[in-house]
Amino acid sequence: MKIVNLILVLCIGGFLIYGTLDMPGWGDPDSPASKHVSPRYIQKTIEETATPNMVTSILADYRGYDTMGETTVIFTAGMACILLLHGSIRKNRND
Amino acid sequence: MIRKTDDIIIRTVARILVPFIQIYALYVIMHGHYSPGGGFQGGVILGASIILLLITHGLVETTKKISERAIAIFSSIGVFIYAGIGVLCLLLYGNFLDYSKLSVILNVTPAEARSMGILGVEIGVSFTVMAIMISIFISISTTEDHSKYDKEHY
Repeated sequence: MKIVNLILVLCIGGFLIYGTLDMPGWGDPDSPASKHVSPRYIQKTIEETATPNMVTSILADYRGYDTMGETTVIFTAGMACILLLHGSIRKNRND
Repeated sequence: MIRKTDDIIIRTVARILVPFIQIYALYVIMHGHYSPGGGFQGGVILGASIILLLITHGLVETTKKISERAIAIFSSIGVFIYAGIGVLCLLLYGNFLDYSKLSVILNVTPAEARSMGILGVEIGVSFTVMAIMISIFISISTTEDHSKYDKEHY
């Protein structure tokens, strides 16, 4: 059974490595990811947002809706933590 | 249950360090426009300063300074600031989170208004992250010992 598992893992790993061979090179300026929206952000960030740090302007302005979702995720996680853990305290008190 | 430590050195050093950690956190939040940093990182550092206070001075003494109710309110206020800025842009005839429309009330150019909008949003994020860090720490550290928690806190 272990040998079957090993063969399966090797096969899947081989397929995944084969899949990466078609990907563009590391930092390739001609890759689709570098050609679509990146040049516009790089050229227009200062002009449009007056923010020297491009990462911040993308995070909070161009992708602001995404970051709002992230904040809500953190908020929801914290609320779930409070509800679950404080609930157990209250239950314990009633015993 | 987090108890107060008996070691006076740890308590004194922690008390001296906390304001400096908080100033550094504010620096990280405010300087997000120019260097690595921003709401998430600054919020975690702010939360860490309060967690240091919790570890060294105990739950009872720390919740006198910042109560659990206040922490819960802070975490909601952060999301409210973020979404509120977005809705404000809607009210000023822009798209949701289109900060350039804030230039009307801030009286600056649209590009600078977007910069200000980013800062406001980062402040909202830092509020939420700080409060959630503290509340998760309190929740996890108090669940093991229910009886102690009840007696001293409720």
